[in-house]
Amino acid sequence: MKEILLPRVRTSRWLAVGWQGLSILMALLFTTLVLLLTGAPPLEAYRQVVEGAFGSLKRATDILVAWVPLMLVTSGLLLTFTAGLWNIGVEGQIVLGAIATTGVVRALQHTDLPPPIILVLALLAGMAGGAAWAGLVGLLKVYGGVHEIFGGLGLNFVATTLILWLIFGPWKRPGIGSMSGTEPFPERLMLPTLPGLRLSPWALGMALLSVALVYVLLRNTYFGLRLKAIGKNLRAAHLLGVPTTRYLFLALLGCGAMAGLAGSIQVTAVYHRLIPPISSGYGYLGLLVAMLANYRVTWSVPVAFFFAALNIGSIQLPITLKLDSTLSGVMQGALVLFVLLMQGVRARWQAKTTVESEDGA
Amino acid sequence: MAPEWIMGLAGVLAAAAPLLIAVIGETFSERAGVVNLSVNGAMLLAAMAGFAVAVRTGSLELGFLTGILVGAGMALVVAFASLTLRQSQVAVGLVLALLGRDLAYFLGNPFMGVPGPRVGALPVPVLQDLPLLGPLLFRQSPLVYIAGLSVILAWIWIFRTRPGLVLRCVGERPPAAFVRGVPVTRVRYAYAVLGGAMVGFAGAAYTLDLKGGWQGPISGIDGVGWIVLAITIFGGWHPVRGAFGALLFALLQWLSLVLQPQLPGVPSQVLNVAPFPLMIFALLLTNLGSTEWVQTLLARLPESGRRLAMRILRSLQVSPPAALGMAFEEE
Repeated sequence: MKEILLPRVRTSRWLAVGWQGLSILMALLFTTLVLLLTGAPPLEAYRQVVEGAFGSLKRATDILVAWVPLMLVTSGLLLTFTAGLWNIGVEGQIVLGAIATTGVVRALQHTDLPPPIILVLALLAGMAGGAAWAGLVGLLKVYGGVHEIFGGLGLNFVATTLILWLIFGPWKRPGIGSMSGTEPFPERLMLPTLPGLRLSPWALGMALLSVALVYVLLRNTYFGLRLKAIGKNLRAAHLLGVPTTRYLFLALLGCGAMAGLAGSIQVTAVYHRLIPPISSGYGYLGLLVAMLANYRVTWSVPVAFFFAALNIGSIQLPITLKLDSTLSGVMQGALVLFVLLMQGVRARWQAKTTVESEDGA
Repeated sequence: MAPEWIMGLAGVLAAAAPLLIAVIGETFSERAGVVNLSVNGAMLLAAMAGFAVAVRTGSLELGFLTGILVGAGMALVVAFASLTLRQSQVAVGLVLALLGRDLAYFLGNPFMGVPGPRVGALPVPVLQDLPLLGPLLFRQSPLVYIAGLSVILAWIWIFRTRPGLVLRCVGERPPAAFVRGVPVTRVRYAYAVLGGAMVGFAGAAYTLDLKGGWQGPISGIDGVGWIVLAITIFGGWHPVRGAFGALLFALLQWLSLVLQPQLPGVPSQVLNVAPFPLMIFALLLTNLGSTEWVQTLLARLPESGRRLAMRILRSLQVSPPAALGMAFEEE
């Protein structure tokens, strides 16, 4: 699936802000129309979302709880996007991370190993699980010619099934398996959280570390430069002597490890057990974050925070307004769609005005 | 009463019908060079919207019309964004795939589990009394007849008519088509929207016929769109081969259901997901013949075995329209 894209246009910062503002306005308009279609009061719904996200300190820290896995996933995706890969399989990579972590905890929880060691092993296993699942996508692409979008998507569905099978099969609770997940971990094997809150400083630290790592990798290293070369033109990079296959795998493995870590954190710090929707759709959401941030590390941090806030803010909607909480997904999707569309409109508009001014001169 | 396996196969045809219509639609779109990755979201939204309208108005026709409009509308957005605004076809398609799904679940919430109208079987007079073939082919829902007809018509259109030649040329050599006076972009728009309309129709068929109703996330429609895209590739952008692929998928899915009672140790979810590894495997088959390691492996085989293996792999190989997903600037 090759495509030719127009080069990014460089213009004044304020004009850029204006265009972005227009995109946001259109996305809001779209969401408002959707809300009107369901007969819900749009302003009240928006108020509820803001209230739900920032209404109390606890909720505001919940945004960070959601931001951590989203940011980990997005950081990983920036690696694969830089290499020109559409790693849709990231969703399954989160799941495999969660599964591997749960497996290690279950295997070691009754041993005499000190809990910190078990936790470290469990997190490492999660990273390995995510990386392995991503490696599978790479194998299918490089040695089987299966485009990463299809390989990844197929593996996402397989991962979802794997989790269901484990929860209803070998890892079911004593008695009967249920959608509520596996037996909760013992308290000493939970990643410690701040008192009274759901936020784990360890998890937050890992997310910040991964952003910093990807930032440095892409900006200041030879590795990042080569990765960019591959993303811009795979053939040219190959002809220039870049070991493209190895780099594609490295990008995928790195992304898988970060997504796997996100899954591990969901298991050890948030849910303390394996549940069927363990990935919470953060993989797909991370793709949207990366697109909206125009594939830049610095921008992805606030965008991920904003998307996490929308997610947290929508949780209460089914109770307060009898609306489905997928409203956040509608807003996020609409936002990315309109930003993409307005980028195109802007490029066309600018091309036209340059041509006109050249004609005048 | 017909034997049980005939009824089973008739069910396979019914299950394959919407899949097939969507595959033909996507084949049209991709033949013209437009990859519409939004299919999964479009089918879900069309399924929900078609059902919602049918429930509110009591009219199946309006329900299907809504599905068609939803599918065509989403394809129009993909076409506009990529053909006119020069944005990445993959990015826009993916965003729409995700947005369509969330919209379907959000808007469809009040319609979950609501009873609604459903397309009934439409037996063909006389033919329905044929032994075996009658119950297999001629006591089906109209969807099955439409699906069969669309395969034949699509084949004739693409390979035996002048506009079909233009379509193929636009997907293979747009500059050549353009110098011959073909409005490339307009043709691409037309087939993308036609394809989207068929995808939307197929989506509506799930709630209005096959599944009979909207169940939100457990409707079992999520993922079908991706399979449609994979079958389009597996079918080598050929309607008949695509139809074969769709039938094969439906058959294997039915077999997994039939096998389920025989395998009590395997939970039902595992068999439900069978189409997805199958999807990867099918795509793998279309490419294996051209990969280096298979070639070296084949070289080691004895002469007779190698010939056979190569012939099988070559028959599975497909090549996409040369200009698939590529921009074309009319000047």
